[in-house]
Amino acid sequence: MSTDEFIKGLWRENPVFVQVLGMCPVLAVTNSAINGLAMGLATTFVMLMSNTIVSTLRNFIPKQVRIATYILIIATFVTIVDYAIAAISLDLHKALGAFIALIVVNCLILGRAEAFASRNTVSDSILDALGMGAGFTLALLCLGGVREILGSGSLFNVTLFPEGFEPWIVMILPGGGFFTLAAWLLVINWFKVRKAAAEEVTQ
Amino acid sequence: MTEQSLWSVFVQAALVNNFVLAYFLGICPFMGVSTKTATAVRMGGAVMFVMLVASICAFAIHRILIAVGAPFLELISFIAVIASTVQLVEMFIKKMSPTLFRQLGIFLPLITTNCAILGLALFQTNKGYDFAQAIFYALGAGAGFTLALVLMAGIREKLELADMPDPARGTAIALMVAGILSMAFMGFAGLGG
Repeated sequence: MSTDEFIKGLWRENPVFVQVLGMCPVLAVTNSAINGLAMGLATTFVMLMSNTIVSTLRNFIPKQVRIATYILIIATFVTIVDYAIAAISLDLHKALGAFIALIVVNCLILGRAEAFASRNTVSDSILDALGMGAGFTLALLCLGGVREILGSGSLFNVTLFPEGFEPWIVMILPGGGFFTLAAWLLVINWFKVRKAAAEEVTQ
Repeated sequence: MTEQSLWSVFVQAALVNNFVLAYFLGICPFMGVSTKTATAVRMGGAVMFVMLVASICAFAIHRILIAVGAPFLELISFIAVIASTVQLVEMFIKKMSPTLFRQLGIFLPLITTNCAILGLALFQTNKGYDFAQAIFYALGAGAGFTLALVLMAGIREKLELADMPDPARGTAIALMVAGILSMAFMGFAGLGG
């Protein structure tokens, strides 16, 4: 049962591909795989901590002010992450820019706090946060990987193609973010449609 | 950067660095509310108002926190101010136009978690704008957001009738349209600089 909480975030209820939540960082920072990975890990950490705290305090937070309370808890951890990333790697902090601070308004984190952590036990909430975080990171890697390979001809800063490769500049520009996500959604929807059709035939 | 003229600040925020199409801020309401042009216009208006108030408050908060020497409280204070402003707008719209209140639905309280607004507060602080520049920045960002939302809504109204393969329906095609719009907005690069 408990592993199920983890797996569902990774695939069946993947926050990006299935629920289409938290799109802003998904599109904005995925112009390279390493940025996507860092963003995914930062978001996972914030979600883990906020889910833990919200779940621990779920019987003490008054219903009327719960959203404001959640946001304050989230903002606290985002501030910590912001300072931590600046201390670890200044280059990464510059590349991600204001988007680290913008983790506060990632609907995914608030959504998990409200929909899951506020009504489940601490251990389940931790697993849920880890699963959702892993799913989110995976999605960011998928997008960042495709955009970096096509847009700069490299992956994790390792050049993949010989001299003659002409990079698709558009992929690392804002438009490319939209196109890549649209393409991933298309592929996933196509599989869904095919699976549904196959089930119909067998019945 | 601080000697930029007010007009150029406005044009930059509205067209060149459009919040939705160049910075990817406020994608959730952009996808969620952009199905009818009329609703999109009003949503844009509400967001623009919240942006203006948030920008003025953020300017004051930044000054105060620098004076007190506690810059690490910035993020928490910004989000608290934005949440209260949204609450205010929500009560106002509920009283003035219950129809609009129902149309906007869940997306009205969600303006709080609209990254465009917190992003605006953070960017204007980072760029070190003075008071007048901050106000024009907020107006430009709001106008840009409304423009993107209305354009998108207009296209999506037509898309409803278009013939397309099943997997592309819904979010996938909307994202593709957004990508093309974003490329079109790149044509504004260099304007007002």
